[in-house]
Amino acid sequence: MPSLKALRTRIASVKSTQKITSAMKMVAASKLRRAQQQAEAARPYAERMERMVNALSASVGNAPNAPKLLIGTGKDQVHLLIAVTADRGLAGAFNTNIGRATRLAARKLEAEGKTVKILTVGRKGRDYLRRELSTRLVDGISYAGKKRLEFSDAEAVGVRVTQMLAAGEIDVATLIYNRFKSVISQEVTEQQIIPAPPPPVSTTAAASAASYEFEPDEETILARLLPQALSIQMYRALLESAAGEHGARMAAMDNATRNAGDMIKRLSQNYNRARQANITRELIEIISGAEAL
Amino acid sequence: MPTSLEIVSPEKLLLSRSVDMVVIPASEGDMGVLGGHSPMIVTLRGGTISLYEGDKVTDRLFVSGGFAEVTPERCTVLATEVLPVAEVSKAEGEKRLAAAEANYEVAAKQSTEAEDAALDAVQAARAMVEAAG
Repeated sequence: MPSLKALRTRIASVKSTQKITSAMKMVAASKLRRAQQQAEAARPYAERMERMVNALSASVGNAPNAPKLLIGTGKDQVHLLIAVTADRGLAGAFNTNIGRATRLAARKLEAEGKTVKILTVGRKGRDYLRRELSTRLVDGISYAGKKRLEFSDAEAVGVRVTQMLAAGEIDVATLIYNRFKSVISQEVTEQQIIPAPPPPVSTTAAASAASYEFEPDEETILARLLPQALSIQMYRALLESAAGEHGARMAAMDNATRNAGDMIKRLSQNYNRARQANITRELIEIISGAEAL
Repeated sequence: MPTSLEIVSPEKLLLSRSVDMVVIPASEGDMGVLGGHSPMIVTLRGGTISLYEGDKVTDRLFVSGGFAEVTPERCTVLATEVLPVAEVSKAEGEKRLAAAEANYEVAAKQSTEAEDAALDAVQAARAMVEAAG
């Protein structure tokens, strides 16, 4: 049985942990709201961009000189996996899930005889994948210390990927990120970004119905539009992931706060029992002492 | 016939309202858009977008480049950077112009694509200085 003093310090320490976790939960909740608003604000641009890309790709079709970003290099040998994680931990399985999904995807592709390259966004993903797949890591980008994610951050990643494609270093690129499903659940999503997945049939039909004129010509516009569309996809993934991160942290910290509460309850019960036992023992000693006289 | 104009940046929907005419700086010359315009998709160079109510300019906005989709009912401008002309700083424009010109010297030696991209940047910076001045 631990002494009363030991129990008291234990309770005090768990209490202060609980204070920290509940504060972190509150912070995550307010950051989550902001991240959700940011994701919401990015939606109109992405939707309109998608509409334009669909119209253009319907018009260009599968011309052999269509840009690589749209149809790929025609090969399927070198895969780039872009793993989007957070810069900080203490968010439950948020980062580990991405790490695991990336590792599995890499192993699967390698079993098929493909070459895998990995680009990590966020510090935790790099730390996780460095242990096992360090030879495949091409670069790690991190936004640690940045208060707010800006479009230019996503653009930098997009430009990087476009350059790799243009230089013939990669054939296929896939984004792996946590999609924000609800505050308590995030879904690991693998989304192929190069070559661009074909638009759903209904939108193709709608787009070709409103046959557009292009100025300058389709190829020039596409060459400028596609890198931008790629950056937008990156931006959306980063925002989704940021919202997911705060959601996951909120859930994890809520759990931790509750666990700390349970622990405090158990420890105080033990403490009270020990205290009561001490009193009883002292009473017995006094009574038996008095009887002996 | 008015056309509904939307100006969108990746970070948010900046403007959405109905105007009588809008002049956008398309890459091959300024383009006036009224309601009922034939559908077009155009790229934009750096320049100013002018919004007309009746025959008066109500707002002037600087864009550094982007895309526009025109249909009979609406005109959608997708731009990375949009600023009201009054807020454009000449010093910032000159700084960018100097950087873009330096970059152009390098890019011109590399490939025609890099040269084109650098030239666009120079033009956008020049338009920014003009808009401020």
